[in-house]
Amino acid sequence: MTTFAQLLFAGIALGSVYALVALGFTVVFRATRVINFAQGEMLAFGAFLTSWLVLSGGLPFWLALVVGAGVTAGIGLAFQALVLRFALGRPDFTVVMLTLGLAAILQSAIPPLFGSNPRANGDPWGASALHAAGLVLNWVQIWSIVTAVVVLVAFYWFNRSHFGLAMRAAAADEEAALAVGIPLRRVFAVAWALAGLVACIGGVFVAGFPSTLDPTVGNVALLAFPAIILGGIDSTTGAVLGGFLIGAVQELTAGYQPQYLSWLGHNFYLAAPYVVMILVLLVRPYGLFGSRPAERL
Amino acid sequence: MNALEVRELSLRFGAVAALDGVSFDVAAGELFAVIGPNGAGKTSLFNLLSRITPLSSGTVRYFGQDLLAFRAHELAGAGMARTFQNLGLFLPLTALDNVLVGRNHAMRAGLVGSGLRLPAARREEAANRRAAWEALAFVGAAAVAQRPVGSLPYGMQKRVEIARALAMEPRLLLLDEPVAGMSRGERGEIAELVGRLHADTDTTVLLVEHDMGVVMGLADRVLVLDFGRVIACGTPAQVQADGKVVAAYLGQPLP
Repeated sequence: MTTFAQLLFAGIALGSVYALVALGFTVVFRATRVINFAQGEMLAFGAFLTSWLVLSGGLPFWLALVVGAGVTAGIGLAFQALVLRFALGRPDFTVVMLTLGLAAILQSAIPPLFGSNPRANGDPWGASALHAAGLVLNWVQIWSIVTAVVVLVAFYWFNRSHFGLAMRAAAADEEAALAVGIPLRRVFAVAWALAGLVACIGGVFVAGFPSTLDPTVGNVALLAFPAIILGGIDSTTGAVLGGFLIGAVQELTAGYQPQYLSWLGHNFYLAAPYVVMILVLLVRPYGLFGSRPAERL
Repeated sequence: MNALEVRELSLRFGAVAALDGVSFDVAAGELFAVIGPNGAGKTSLFNLLSRITPLSSGTVRYFGQDLLAFRAHELAGAGMARTFQNLGLFLPLTALDNVLVGRNHAMRAGLVGSGLRLPAARREEAANRRAAWEALAFVGAAAVAQRPVGSLPYGMQKRVEIARALAMEPRLLLLDEPVAGMSRGERGEIAELVGRLHADTDTTVLLVEHDMGVVMGLADRVLVLDFGRVIACGTPAQVQADGKVVAAYLGQPLP
């Protein structure tokens, strides 16, 4: 029972990070109908910058996180304002290729700016933990859950506001959105800035104990992918619940599978989220909360 | 003051003139119709007026102001609303949310205000919701307010689109072939709705339409386009008696 609770806690902590990463994908997709392939690299860049601000710049962690998230949001904003604005009205594929370009730029910018060695993420908790009821609750895990919940509640409010409504409208029909007075460029800019913001926060917590920060940290975006697909890519709620579900599945598999299903090998926990994703998609092709496109026959 | 003063408007795509020296005035409060056969330039005119396509030459004054000074998304705030020939609805959103988006320009509360549910922001939201419900009730779509608009039948979608335009509280409402693709019964209902809308509000309506019957019953004045040129302009009775109009629609009589 203790083992189960311990694994579940780890799963929720991991899931909260996945939820943040998935949220970044979802916010861009909801406004622009495009998957941002640079989400992982934005995440890595934000995490490295935050770490650098703490370890080399001497900033307190929370202040560094705010600055790092602000700069990463600025990168998203600049990408929209300087690059994507010229792709407005082009096929989605053009935008997808541009996000791959941004990914390449950010990826190659990290080693010269911050070095390519693994480094600490700069958080003040390290491996310290809270011991309660026989469980070991790492502070970084507790704080990643708290941070994720705060961000998610803020997003919930954002979606309910008219900004959120304008964003969904822009995603549904750009020309009609213009006709009702929605400034498309500003809406997209806000979406990209938000994506950068959550990317940085997610990245910092991905690299918390027991992980470290290295330039491949962006690969976590691949692991968050089952979360968004599972939840339904255009649903914020779906992304969040998908994130927690995938986190729990991964940790529980890592905890129990070597013992009970050892023939599946050592790293099966990395594949488990994809297995769950495929099973869900067989039953619900648009994910648990995704909207089925309306078709007129 | 005139709602629109259009002078020598031209739009060329390469060698093809979609509009060629078109001039007309629309008086404030008028229901003004633009008709013409397919390819006459009706939708081109519409896209010019809503600033989606840039014009090649000519001037347009909108309630006395230069229309070219507005960008597409600023027109809503300046009181211009439009519907689309093939519907411009946000299909995944509910009918109510679609109409609420039309109130976008009336929403002043910032992110912080609406996020924290401050009293001013809540009052504003309540007022906007009330306006949206009223618009839906006016067009007879209140019963489907909570349904995703993509799941509604076409005639009902058109009503929701008109409700959204109404909720914008426009000074000038542009309707692009509102009865296109509808059954006879639906056409009558939408025509009745447009007439009621014009009678109940002081909105100026510019109606582009293919269906002569609908136009003749509704419009104060009618402009007839053919191959991008104005061939007639006047009351429905005058236009119907015009030989050039008959020829454009039915062809020349055999010699």
